Amino acid sequence: MTRPVAILLIERALPGQTPRTERFEVPFDPGQSVLDGVRLIRATADPGLAIRYSCINANACKECMLRVDGKVVYACMRRLEPREMRVQPLANKALIRDLVTEIAPPDERIG
Amino acid sequence: MPSPTETAPLHLQTDILVIGAGGAGMMAALAAAGQGARVLLVDRALIGRGGATVMAQMTVAVALGSELPDSIAAHFNDTIAAGRGLCDPRLADIVTRDGPAAIEQLDAWHVGWARHPDGRIRQAHAPGHDKARCVYVDFLNTGPAVSKTLRAQLQRHENLITRAGDLMITDLVTADNAALGAVGFALSDGRPVSIAAKATIIATGGLTRLYRRNSASLNMSGDGYALALRAGAKLIDMEFVQFFPIGHLAPRMIGMDPIMWDPFRYKLGGRLLNSEGRAFLADYGESADAGYVTTRDQATFAILKEVEAGRGSPAGGAWLSFRHIPEEELRAAFGPVIERLAANGIDLTQQDIEVAPIAHYHMGGIQVTPGLLTAVDDLFAAGEAIGGSNGANRLSGNAITEALVFGEHTGRAAAARAATRQVRWSDAAAAAALARVAATGPARADIAALVVELQALMADKVGPFRNEAGLREALARIGTMREQIGDTPPGQPGPYDMARIDWFDLRTMLLVAQTVASAALSRTESRGAHQREDFPAMDQDWTVNQVISLHGDELEIVTAPVPVLERAA
Repeated sequence: MTRPVAILLIERALPGQTPRTERFEVPFDPGQSVLDGVRLIRATADPGLAIRYSCINANACKECMLRVDGKVVYACMRRLEPREMRVQPLANKALIRDLVTEIAPPDERIG
Repeated sequence: MPSPTETAPLHLQTDILVIGAGGAGMMAALAAAGQGARVLLVDRALIGRGGATVMAQMTVAVALGSELPDSIAAHFNDTIAAGRGLCDPRLADIVTRDGPAAIEQLDAWHVGWARHPDGRIRQAHAPGHDKARCVYVDFLNTGPAVSKTLRAQLQRHENLITRAGDLMITDLVTADNAALGAVGFALSDGRPVSIAAKATIIATGGLTRLYRRNSASLNMSGDGYALALRAGAKLIDMEFVQFFPIGHLAPRMIGMDPIMWDPFRYKLGGRLLNSEGRAFLADYGESADAGYVTTRDQATFAILKEVEAGRGSPAGGAWLSFRHIPEEELRAAFGPVIERLAANGIDLTQQDIEVAPIAHYHMGGIQVTPGLLTAVDDLFAAGEAIGGSNGANRLSGNAITEALVFGEHTGRAAAARAATRQVRWSDAAAAAALARVAATGPARADIAALVVELQALMADKVGPFRNEAGLREALARIGTMREQIGDTPPGQPGPYDMARIDWFDLRTMLLVAQTVASAALSRTESRGAHQREDFPAMDQDWTVNQVISLHGDELEIVTAPVPVLERAA
């Protein structure tokens, strides 16, 4: 039996670049989060894929905010689904890289 | 691709550098500012968002006596007993003595400790305590509430405290065995950063990220241990990693902390069962009917022995059951949490859940004096980053207490020290570290996979059960992994380069993993969180601490007598 896969279409760019969409397939296990999927891509395909997260699963740090299928969510709270899902950085924050945006309060940045 | 970051290194100067913005670091910053010192508070995550404090679910142990009469001595005695003979009683004395004042300070800052209708602060009875002693914020909200409260206080001291998130510290800078500050890089653009400080405080928490299943944030890679060791400070008790016995295992949940079942057991009891439906803790000398009383080291041992004997749950743990508890009681105790469980498809009145030990806390850490000073002058440490106060096993609820109390002490001590110092900075002393963060190396595709491999290796060979063959295998692989990653980070300085961040993390994690495995190998007995299959009994001759220092690339481990507390007459 073929194992179901989740297909993540991830928007990637550095500041000033035109974003490109890269397609990643990850094995789908019911109950996983989108963050689980991105972490698996980093470990198995591309460690350079940038995403900001801290608490991993507890919905405590509030760092992993991004867009899935156009909707703003926490990556650790949005469930992975066995279909194509479009993953993009927040639209209203300055881009740092890939899925990472500048969400630190202005008075907590150096320089 | 854009050109490499060409911005010159950013150089900052402060009275006191605090590395790590969890509970201990934020408290240290506040205490130092309270003495008039200028503070730079840095974290590789966002301020007050990473670390372990923000993830605390419930208990903060303190002898307030708001439920039953209590005493500092009783809390101290429970802490010492939990530590299986290895606690530094001078540190445990500080935590238990100053705990009540810290909790009252947080209360005055409106943290929102759960209260009885008559206004008394509620205290829950956690395993290992002789009475109800743990304050909390409902529901499962202690960590977020403490973090939010401390963040708000930081903002009230903006004239003295500068906060800088997304700043990764990679090395301390020392000269003549004194700390001059630190070097690192800004995550947002990769720019090298150097910081000159009159005194430096390490408050980076523990090392739970070394393990496959863990209950803490991404930034808990043991950073402070590696920083301190490389700077010439010493580590103590590194073999004692606490596994939280009933971490959530299955079914898969999202948005819930894996240690969430701890509060459920405090409030509701619950039953821990093996695959035969048997409450097995009684088979390990525990009283099965006395409620939630078994200490963490003993419960971890019992669960893993059941799994080993083929009596585990399907996912490889134990069953935890609340099915005997009426729904009204569940809702009264945990309100909105019951809805969050329902959203995950879990109805505790109908089903049991699976739990298993999960890396949770590190008893070991940086060796400090009762003044929180390390073996390096002007270098202090606080919170989970220090070792000694919890010996071989930490009592439930003592982690947030020690973060607050040690944070306060270390902030004051560092401020007093800084008042006697001028900033001393040496470009020469910082040169090697600055060259490393500015270096360009070949790109590599394996770096995140190596982190995953190390986590599996540590869980399987240096986890709750150890033996000589497994520890030697782990040390050998740690050595070859170190050769694999080399001396140069991959890529070039740039914005949020996670392969590069992983490289710096591996550099830290491999050194820290080596200290844990080496100390575990040389301790040929079983005690608390350190269980040797080949030396299953506790050995009185091993009632000593192990202290680690780094000489070149070689670790040196020596034993030292457990300190004694000389109380003033």
